Amino acid sequence: MSGTHDDHEHGHQHGHHHRAPESALSLRVRALESLLVEKKLVASEAVDRIVSAYEEDIGPHNGAKVVARAWVDPAYRQRLIADGTAAIEELGFGGVDLQVVENTPGVHNLVVCTLCSCYPHALIGLPPVWYKSFEYRSRAVREPRVVLREFGVDLPQSTEIRIWDSSAELRYLVLPERPAGTERLSEAELAKLVTRDAMIGVALVQPPAAAAR
Amino acid sequence: MNGIHDMGGMHGFGRVNREENEPVFHARWEGRVMGISRACSVQKIFNIDESRHAIERMEPVEYLRSSYYERWLDRNIRLLVEKGIITREELDRRMAQLAAGTDPAPPHSDPKLTERMLRVTKDRTPYRQPGPAPRFAVGEGVLTRHDAPVGHTRLPRYARGKPGVIVRVHGTFVFPDTNAHGQGEQPHALYSVRFDGAVLWGGSAEPRAPVHIDLWERYLEPDASARSAI
Repeated sequence: MSGTHDDHEHGHQHGHHHRAPESALSLRVRALESLLVEKKLVASEAVDRIVSAYEEDIGPHNGAKVVARAWVDPAYRQRLIADGTAAIEELGFGGVDLQVVENTPGVHNLVVCTLCSCYPHALIGLPPVWYKSFEYRSRAVREPRVVLREFGVDLPQSTEIRIWDSSAELRYLVLPERPAGTERLSEAELAKLVTRDAMIGVALVQPPAAAAR
Repeated sequence: MNGIHDMGGMHGFGRVNREENEPVFHARWEGRVMGISRACSVQKIFNIDESRHAIERMEPVEYLRSSYYERWLDRNIRLLVEKGIITREELDRRMAQLAAGTDPAPPHSDPKLTERMLRVTKDRTPYRQPGPAPRFAVGEGVLTRHDAPVGHTRLPRYARGKPGVIVRVHGTFVFPDTNAHGQGEQPHALYSVRFDGAVLWGGSAEPRAPVHIDLWERYLEPDASARSAI
């Protein structure tokens, strides 16, 4: 490889996840953007808009609405599992060919992408660093129970853990189990309980604090 | 290819570290890299499979040293140079100019590009395309191909030459192994294939932890012996 990284080889410590001095990287990125603006292939305002879309609009709260709808509407749940792509369009979401996998009392689902970091970002935002980490990508397929315990999820040995390695242009979303004691909550209140991690499968949805009645 | 990116099942990496209240971007440049990548992809400067393969072609030690968006930056530069859109010398010159406080690029506005970039998170994806009827049905046993292709593939190394069972027929999708190499989309059947843990990891497999992988038909051969495993 020719000098792509020359500017951040200096002072490099061995080991992964090293972040080069920001100024050098930042300069390189600004130079790339400037060249592409000059060639009319990038407009900086377009980059601004897509960045703010992911910072402000596109996040786990969208996926949480899908989950909450599935919890309160059994027919929607069935459609979601049969054809996730069409079912999220009913709620105004898209941009992803979606496969929904449902947790049940004896089955827990866990999503990973071992080859890169495929993730349903159009529905739940950009992936967290741990999802993209070598640790998660290497280990989730081989020792899911150990990984889940690191996330604080200790499942009974009798529970089947289904791992989904997202190797194609389909994205996986876990439909978590609705926690007990939430019968009186509205759909909007239910959505607030649903976390990003639960939709990846590294967390369970916790019942609301005693205050939720 | 037998690349460093193909990490499923590797030993030696430690605990998964989770950051509380993680920001979407940890530095401004990360968001710029993401946006530049999106601009390139919607204008079809490179497709998703070329893009993944460009990251796989990073020098392996550099891959391990780099953060996610550093790998994206490397990918963008690599492909833009290979496609003759920029040169590395041009990039170095522009860095020097910016460091000296001048940006020679005239401002450029393109509302249509903005709109196309935003639509990616709304529209249907372009990867599901018409193709030949699937050869396998749910419940059938299959055996994954056992070879070491030098190019791009989405059959992970840990699942080569392994018996599994079809659990879902997804339809026909653009084939990454050809699309990454300018050999066309060649859409054909994609399946979800279930593999028992013991088939993948032997005696060290955790109990009741099957792995499902989305695999194209060209990765698969019939294998009657796996039929009962569903």
